[in-house]
Amino acid sequence: MSIVIEHMTKSFDGTAVLRGIDLTIESGELVALLGPSGSGKTTLLKIIAGLEWPNSGGLAVHGADWLHLAAQDRRIGFVFQHYALFPHMNVRDNIAFGLTVRPRAQRPGKAVIAAKVDQLLEFLQIAHLGERYPAQLSGGQRQRVALGRALAIEPTVLLLDEPFGALDAAVRRDLRAWLREVHDETGSTTIFVTHDQEEAFELADRVVVMGEGRIEQIGNADQIHDHPASPFVARFMGATIELPVTLQAGRAEAQGLDASRLPRRALPDGPATLFLRPADVTPLADPAGRWQVAHRTSNGALLRLDLTDGSGQFGIDLPRRAPEAQGLAPGTRVNLRPEAGTIFPGPRAASAPATAPEFPRKEKSL
Amino acid sequence: MTAAAPIRAKRVLPGFSLSLGTTLLYVALVILIPVVALMLKGAEIGPARFWAIVTAPRTLAALRVTLTAAAVATVFNALYGLLMAWVLTRYDFPGRRILDALMDIPFALPTAVAGLSLTALYSANGWFGGPLAGAGIALVYTLGGVILAMTFTSIPFVVRAIQPVLEDLDPALEQAAMTLGARPFAIFRRVVLPAILPAWLAGSTVAFARSLGEFGAVVFIAGNLPFKTEIAALLAFIRLEEYDYQGAAAIALVLLMFALVLLAVSNLIQFRAARHLEAR
Repeated sequence: MSIVIEHMTKSFDGTAVLRGIDLTIESGELVALLGPSGSGKTTLLKIIAGLEWPNSGGLAVHGADWLHLAAQDRRIGFVFQHYALFPHMNVRDNIAFGLTVRPRAQRPGKAVIAAKVDQLLEFLQIAHLGERYPAQLSGGQRQRVALGRALAIEPTVLLLDEPFGALDAAVRRDLRAWLREVHDETGSTTIFVTHDQEEAFELADRVVVMGEGRIEQIGNADQIHDHPASPFVARFMGATIELPVTLQAGRAEAQGLDASRLPRRALPDGPATLFLRPADVTPLADPAGRWQVAHRTSNGALLRLDLTDGSGQFGIDLPRRAPEAQGLAPGTRVNLRPEAGTIFPGPRAASAPATAPEFPRKEKSL
Repeated sequence: MTAAAPIRAKRVLPGFSLSLGTTLLYVALVILIPVVALMLKGAEIGPARFWAIVTAPRTLAALRVTLTAAAVATVFNALYGLLMAWVLTRYDFPGRRILDALMDIPFALPTAVAGLSLTALYSANGWFGGPLAGAGIALVYTLGGVILAMTFTSIPFVVRAIQPVLEDLDPALEQAAMTLGARPFAIFRRVVLPAILPAWLAGSTVAFARSLGEFGAVVFIAGNLPFKTEIAALLAFIRLEEYDYQGAAAIALVLLMFALVLLAVSNLIQFRAARHLEAR
């Protein structure tokens, strides 16, 4: 079941939430929609589900136009962020809902439904919970029931909204691996929404990075990590340091910056911005250095140094036992040697065409 | 020397015993004592005499009128109140807040005023009464009038009971049902209705109890013809006027029993409907 989304736009009360989305998802793919809150990822998911309607654009699934199909007729499995289990039904009835609600002519017999529920309970490893009510379950168990309820109708597409958002870290890791298994075993096309990069990259075949109602980049972890397509993606991927530089023959130059480790880029000369991750920077002690160490904190393995050059301040991370970390007490002056980084032409205000003039800074990435 | 004082959890609000005491005293003075006094008064009468009063034709007729009218009014209000609450919570339209505020008028209006205006509207030369009389329907001085008055005064109980529950109902529940293929009616019957049922029953029960005891609004429009449109509360009042305290107490006691039984049944249903929501 391939899903083709074309030129999709959506606004709520005049606020644009989706600003033209084009995306094709292949049959059997596991895709993550990754972005900060307000990026439109959940809205896109709900449009695919038929729970929201776009202002314009197209949505075709395996050639069928889904914008003329009610949610009821799309046969999708939707797992809600807070599971939305029916509180007055026990686990069995929740899972069976999609079958028992069918019109009599299409409804499977009681025994068939019961067998199907048994099979799903077994598959979801919650066979012992069948008679419980949602209020009696833990978060992870509810998540499994919600997925079971969605799978019971044998959906063409499985959609999950922040599937692990409400769970604690250990349960989250377990369920992540388990969801991958479920996807592989059922062979369904799966799309899930998350704001957690780690989750997106670990689980998905392809990650769609969204920001401000647009698709910023599509790719796997390495591509997006190493070659962010826009300042937005660079920031979202944890490049919190932004240095104004001047491009000269494809090389970034700035006072106190040793850019020898950065590859040359085929970009026109002129002002540009260098995006760096805190861990990709090596401090070089130099009495005449541009930056001064303002604070130094340690978590045992990593040192965090807050550097200031009088006008701006940022933090860098390095291993505490690294040779270059020795002797960097507060007050020491340093220059910087970036080991990896991304350059976007133009000063901060003007940016790659895909993003809004003012960069959003809603969510800090890890 | 002495063992350390036992550790006691600190309460967030001070003066627990004082506030509880005040509450209990209030409940006793305002609610329990009148009820108990009424029961004692009833007990004084003795079973035989009590039975004679209650089964007197006029009493039976009054009780029948009251129960019938209250039942019809409650059924109507249960349905109409559900609709009103639905409209007020589910749709956004100009004037919604005003409509919402208007729902409280039956609460705020003195019931005598309500009775007077209803009578004026529905009497043979009133705005509604004229056309209705032309169609052969008379409301004033009939059972229909009693029902009308009871409906008017008890509708907010149903609306205000359902409204908050509908507002709090997670839209994701209905959306989940949609994605699972449920049609609108199935969503209502299998998802929304079970969620609001306890509140709906509670609201309807209170509306019924209120209708049983409604006095001010009814007496104006009912005409109070014995055996036809005389309600139990009025009959009790008439007995009192006749210095027949026992007769008044016996009738009041019957009304009280109806109300208590209803409240008990309603609570039981609510408890059963809500038990799995708190199950842990």
